[in-house]
Amino acid sequence: MAADTQILIASDKDVVTARQQGRAVALQTGFSMGEATLIATAISELARNIVSYANQGSVTLKPVRGSNGASGLTIVASDSGPGITDINLALRDGYSSSGGLGLGLPGVRRLMDEFDIVSRVGGGTTVTVTKWLA
Amino acid sequence: MLIATIQAALSDADLLELRTALVQQVVRNRSSGVIVDVTAMDVMDSFASRTLLEISHMIRLRGAATVIVGIQPEVAFAMVQLGLTLEDIPTALDLEEGLAYLQQKARSIN
Amino acid sequence: MQRDKNLLKEPAIQKSRATELTRNEPKMELLRELVAHLRQNRTLLREEWVARIAEAQLLTAMTQEEIFAEATSVYDSYVAALETGTFEALQAYARNLSERIIPRGVETHEVVGIVLLLRDVLARSLFAKYQTDFEKLNRILDAYEPAANRIANTVAVGFVQERERVIRQQQEAIRELSTPVLQVRERLLILPIIGVIDPQRARQLTEQLLRGIRTNRAKVVVIDITGVAAMDVTVANHLVQTVEASRLLGATVIVTGLSPEIAQTLVTIGVDLGKMNTVGDLQGGIEQAERLLGYKVVTP
Repeated sequence: MAADTQILIASDKDVVTARQQGRAVALQTGFSMGEATLIATAISELARNIVSYANQGSVTLKPVRGSNGASGLTIVASDSGPGITDINLALRDGYSSSGGLGLGLPGVRRLMDEFDIVSRVGGGTTVTVTKWLA
Repeated sequence: MLIATIQAALSDADLLELRTALVQQVVRNRSSGVIVDVTAMDVMDSFASRTLLEISHMIRLRGAATVIVGIQPEVAFAMVQLGLTLEDIPTALDLEEGLAYLQQKARSIN
Repeated sequence: MQRDKNLLKEPAIQKSRATELTRNEPKMELLRELVAHLRQNRTLLREEWVARIAEAQLLTAMTQEEIFAEATSVYDSYVAALETGTFEALQAYARNLSERIIPRGVETHEVVGIVLLLRDVLARSLFAKYQTDFEKLNRILDAYEPAANRIANTVAVGFVQERERVIRQQQEAIRELSTPVLQVRERLLILPIIGVIDPQRARQLTEQLLRGIRTNRAKVVVIDITGVAAMDVTVANHLVQTVEASRLLGATVIVTGLSPEIAQTLVTIGVDLGKMNTVGDLQGGIEQAERLLGYKVVTP
């Protein structure tokens, strides 16, 4: 299993770095161009949330192997910012409304296979998403 | 007619700069149409999509038309998964189609 | 590799102080000595290895010349990995090698087999060289074994990953063949969807269509869903996404074969059917498409 890659996020330039690295690692893991684009897009959204709401944090790319032997990529976007007050609201699927408002979390969830979020007011936020090779 | 080509590794700040610059150019040159070529963009996320919407609206307010060209198949797929549809901004396959669209539009106006 | 550790302990204890100092010889030194030995005896050891490969009847799908050429590269990469202690280059080489030999029908057990044979051939040569100095042999093997095992692992994993990639590619190709995107006229594509659509197939259809729009420079796409077995909310969503994604590429989509039930499902998920271009049947859809493209439609 390849090593983890951690990217510190503190400015919008880091968002670009994070998604470029994300795409590279996704391709290395064996994902197709299309899937790598999905992953890079999800990373871009998550990294941007960190810059917008928490000033700084990190995005970690972790190649993983599932219990059935499948390969995948887990992305952990973490910050110690103000946290999300109403997680349910943030996750509400506003699919038919003009896309891109708020945190974009429902969209990220759609792009990936697994999605998990832990957030405490005043205690930071960690979003963990995973995509598996077909 | 203005053609703006967006590079791949544009940061948020770069995109905002582009927005300002484009609108200024439209006013200065009294352009009738703007083609925004995003062929090199390998990722289109909510910020990029929102900015393109803003660019388009601002240009329209100044009496010119916009068309976005060159969205890659993989990028388009990721965008709709994320729920980004670019609403009512006209889109075309590439530069050639974009030009044809703007020309047709200009003709139908006259 | 079997060593009777008890047998080796006794001579070591009896050795003098001087030897105890050399026991602390850093691992890098030992590896350097080892690598030098492997390079010096390259020709000999490689020949022995190739002979063992033939004896074990491995790589039968390849010719002698091919085996020799690959054996040379593998040997050199093996020694380089031992020398540098890094395995990225080896991993890349393993993938490369796999890309070449998988189409030839080489299987996993063969690749694992030949790497283990090389490990053994090299270990035996170390036994031979240091047989008069068990102490040193012990230490050399302590340095060699973990590295050799890691190498075997790296190559095997590289091969398996490449195989999995090839299999995935083949599966994708098979799926693609089963649903062709048809170019009927210039700038007009038809995508007849037949049968059961699971999320994976839906994703694959959409990607295929979008690529097709780009390649064929299509301005209109007719998606015919007459043959779709069942349309649930998930599939309906995929359809809507396909329409929207096609629009982003500058193509207009006409959906044909919409039954009242499917129309109901679409309304349920919030689709404004007034905005979606729908026509009753495929023929009607094609005529509508041709009108959009500016062709004159001649009705009999």
